[in-house]
Amino acid sequence: MPQSLDRLKESPSQTAGPYVHIGLTPNFVDIRGVFDTDLGSGPLVNDKTRGERIEIRVRIIDGAGAPIKDALVEIWQADADGLHNSPSELRGTADPNFAGWGRLPTGMDTGECVFRTIKPGRVPFRDGRPMAPHVTFWIVARGINIGLHTRMYFGDEEAANAEDPVLARIEHRHRVETLIAPREGDVYTFDVHLQGERETVFFDI
Amino acid sequence: MTMAEGNMLSNRRPETGAFFQRDRTWHPPAFAPGYKSTVLRSPQKALLSLDGTLSEITGPAFGHNLIGELDDDLIHNFAAPGESAIGPRIVVYGRVLDERGKGVPGVLLEVWQANAGGRYRHKRDGYLAALDPNFGGCGRTITGEDGSYSFRTVQPGPYPWPNGPNDWRPAHIHFSVFGHGFAQRLISQFYFEGDPMIWKCPIVRTIPDRAAIETLIATLDMDATIPMDARAYKFDIVLRGRRSSMFENRPEGN
Ligand SMILES: [Fe+3]
Repeated sequence: MPQSLDRLKESPSQTAGPYVHIGLTPNFVDIRGVFDTDLGSGPLVNDKTRGERIEIRVRIIDGAGAPIKDALVEIWQADADGLHNSPSELRGTADPNFAGWGRLPTGMDTGECVFRTIKPGRVPFRDGRPMAPHVTFWIVARGINIGLHTRMYFGDEEAANAEDPVLARIEHRHRVETLIAPREGDVYTFDVHLQGERETVFFDI
Repeated sequence: MTMAEGNMLSNRRPETGAFFQRDRTWHPPAFAPGYKSTVLRSPQKALLSLDGTLSEITGPAFGHNLIGELDDDLIHNFAAPGESAIGPRIVVYGRVLDERGKGVPGVLLEVWQANAGGRYRHKRDGYLAALDPNFGGCGRTITGEDGSYSFRTVQPGPYPWPNGPNDWRPAHIHFSVFGHGFAQRLISQFYFEGDPMIWKCPIVRTIPDRAAIETLIATLDMDATIPMDARAYKFDIVLRGRRSSMFENRPEGN
């Protein structure tokens, strides 16, 4: 036997289940007094945050075409200059008034959630080329065995999207559209389709 | 949460390597029809592989000052003053490690569970077992420098759920782990040593490999009990490891 690499295996994922709110957004389901607020549920911006204010309206749509009403969505993005507010960000110091992370449950009636944030700057790809502005998504729910990673790109960034090195790797070009959210006023609408003809591109990152 | 809190976690140099590839054969597949909810909620096309960019390698940091005094005590954090939740009292402790076996500090660990009767405090839970007025069912903590954590709770009960006509979940605690990179994000559930219900559960059985399931079973530790108060279960959590950046791969001229 050769030497062991002494590696552990990642803990296997299990579904977040129908009661994920209890743990991650307890105030949303009227469990009050344990945590003051639901972590990540407020606007991502304050008065001093730099950048263009936008809203991202999200729906997660199942294989029958219905918006999922028990999903939990997290987003992670760079600030207006393309810097992440993370200890692993070594290129500079991100806007201290922008954490870049948000977490919302989809509405139990509407199946929709709305993030109030800013449009991010461009972040370099591994080879240094700039990626188009984008927001990273992570989606969990009952019936989802392992969290789904995807990205939202901005519909009014046609030139940047056209040269984005990640979008360029999508073999079936009509599927690029599944990651691009159209803009209306200050609102971008991102419909994530779990299955079917318009199935969103999900990433193995 | 602010950047300053993130930096207070440690003065070690932050790691910025990409993460080891996720072993998708170790995790449950998206489509697992024994668990019926997956049928319409499972992507059917191949995932697009993306060797972590800065957007996935980075992640937010949570400071210890986020955590309130009773956040890690589910027996008391929802209870009326002087009262406590009903059920077998336990301490759950362990470490959050990465695949290289290193403890991961500053990890936000959030947990949720049914009460001792198997009932969730959630309007969509219709199980007739009684609610415990002193039990909310949520807690959270942040790992220490060596990745260690602990919380106190009551052991949850098993409960029936609408999948097959007679499917019951084994006793379990749901957990969410926030490591240092968004690519490490993980939600799972852990179970309790010796429970025969584990091997009958359609959700557990979405995991193909028995050895993988066994890593989600907490071990009774009678050496870590609080005498005349609580038994102890040990449960370690493993997050994805990072590639070393011993030799950076950069294009010429950069
Ligand atoms: Fe459960």
